Amino acid sequence: MFKKIGLSVLTFLFVSSFMLLNAGTIKIGAIVSATGPASFLGDPELKTLQHYVKKINDDGGVNGQKLKLIAYDTGASPKKAVTFVKRLINQDKVVAIIGPSTTGETMAIIKFVQRAKIPLISMAGAVVIINPVKKYVFKMVATDRMACQRIMQDLKKRKLTNLALISGSGGFGKSMRKQCKDVAPSYGVKIVADETYGKKDTDMTTQLLKIKNNKKVQAVLNPGFGQGPAIVTKNYRQLKIKQPLYESHGVASKKFIEIAGKAANGVRLVAPPVVVADKLSDSNPVKKVALAYKNEYEKTFHTQVASFGGHAYDSLYAIVAAIKAQKSTDPKKIRDGIENLKNFQGIDGVVNMSPTDHLGLDTKTGMVLLDIKNGDWSIVK
Amino acid sequence: MIEFFGFLLSGVTVGFVYALVGIGFTVIYNSSGIINFSQGEFVMAGGMSTVFLLKAGLPLGVSFILAILITSMIGIVLYKLIAFSKNSSQISLIILTLGFAIFLRGLAEVVFDKELHTMPSFVGDGAFDMFGTVLTYQSILIMIVSIVIVVALYLFFKKTKTGQAMMAASINVDAAKLMGINIKKILMINFALSAAIASIGGVLLTPITSTNYEVGIMLGLKGFAAAIIGGLGSPFGAVAGGLVLGILESLIAGYVSSEYKDAVAFVALLAILFFMPGGIFGNTKAQRV
Repeated sequence: MFKKIGLSVLTFLFVSSFMLLNAGTIKIGAIVSATGPASFLGDPELKTLQHYVKKINDDGGVNGQKLKLIAYDTGASPKKAVTFVKRLINQDKVVAIIGPSTTGETMAIIKFVQRAKIPLISMAGAVVIINPVKKYVFKMVATDRMACQRIMQDLKKRKLTNLALISGSGGFGKSMRKQCKDVAPSYGVKIVADETYGKKDTDMTTQLLKIKNNKKVQAVLNPGFGQGPAIVTKNYRQLKIKQPLYESHGVASKKFIEIAGKAANGVRLVAPPVVVADKLSDSNPVKKVALAYKNEYEKTFHTQVASFGGHAYDSLYAIVAAIKAQKSTDPKKIRDGIENLKNFQGIDGVVNMSPTDHLGLDTKTGMVLLDIKNGDWSIVK
Repeated sequence: MIEFFGFLLSGVTVGFVYALVGIGFTVIYNSSGIINFSQGEFVMAGGMSTVFLLKAGLPLGVSFILAILITSMIGIVLYKLIAFSKNSSQISLIILTLGFAIFLRGLAEVVFDKELHTMPSFVGDGAFDMFGTVLTYQSILIMIVSIVIVVALYLFFKKTKTGQAMMAASINVDAAKLMGINIKKILMINFALSAAIASIGGVLLTPITSTNYEVGIMLGLKGFAAAIIGGLGSPFGAVAGGLVLGILESLIAGYVSSEYKDAVAFVALLAILFFMPGGIFGNTKAQRV
């Protein structure tokens, strides 16, 4: 009998002491695909979140409270994302959620955060996430549509209005191909050839030969990710195709230049600002934060910065800014705080949220146009 | 017309890539009757080992030879696993090779990394212009090496005692044992040989396609298709199968749509399995099941 009472008292003390300990922390959930096919996204995202949560806590936390990151790895599976979002909402009782890394996973969990009224900042690319606007769903990552618009602007300026597409058949290439075909007419650009390649193909000569023999083509655009674009670029140079070659933000890494080698020289591509942080002009509002992040990331993890980690940084600091502005950790208040973010200087660009715009990023700061020269990037003025 | 030759040529270059991977399938199948689904991963292991040995500062030739040795060792490990579960049915053994492939992929992810890598080509980046397209030196090297390997295998199986013993073991294990042939040793050599061929392929392909931990999935699949089209037992068949596959893909992409390229290639595979179950070069005898 006494034993039982003693045990329950102990348990009570144990539990309440935990509750006391936790009273001072702000729990933020994260759903990332740190392993599996989208690990190139999730891995730098998770590293960034862990590093900067620690840094914020070392500097005294937010409004005197410490942050606690609860992160789950989905391996890019929407099914797992659903399981984890339920766990974050019901068991972990987080106040805001960052992620998931991919569009498919994000779409799968939207209805759960909407129902639970917990703000979500997705790190995925597609427009559908925030269009139409959903009350609790935000994202600050540049869309593939913005990348297309930036390229079309440039094509219009150079009067290269007959465009050939050669797209990867993976999710990235497919989505961007659709967006580019969608926005092309509004810039007076005509798609005169539309080829695709499997994302693991070893040779794209045939497709490029068709483009080469098409007399109408004035420029070629290659939306794609991974080794595919590098092979396209090599084949392009081997076939001595004269027209300018455009690539997507999917190859905005030094890895692409390393793999495509000399063939990469002369390629024009769009890129998120962080990869060229050190080359941005000082007047660019993004430069300071992007450069600081780039240097810190490269110093801490000894690898080249990937633009994807920047999405995590922006999401985390947007939530922190919202908590500070609202002086509250109530999820509904945090949501209001994110929606009212004005002139927020993130790594991916300057963000101005509003009730009708849950992306808030503008094309000018969101994407930069680069030329590859002598194995390095230079910004197109 | 010149366009047609262009498509044909690029089909041939891709075809030899598939062939080079396909040959490895035939070697193991010939001796053990097992389809080794880790063949693509052997290719990956060869390429990745060479890249990382090069990065460690070793000269190209030394890295190449070390990579072949490493991959052969992996082949022997797979053989030991198969020998360990010798009472299992053939289908379990094939599944075992599938599991081994997943294991190798995971291992490469941990031992190496998840990034893409490339390396300089042995023969430089030059190319011959012809039919409005190009034939790179590296592609020519791949063609020559594939043919040399096939001829060497033919001579090995026909003219050497070990090769003859392997053939004997593949036709009737029990009779071969009674003749005093050491089956275990024969099979082990075969797995090592097949892994070595795969790793040569990996090294030759890396300058063209670049490599990472999962490059073996696609190469393995296309190589398998090449081997099947050619009739599983024959290295000559693997080359012919690779060429059929590569040329078909290229012509479909050229004249129909690149969208249907992969689909049509696999439809061709099904058609061949339906109408010529033994493949182009295979024997149609139904004795080895």
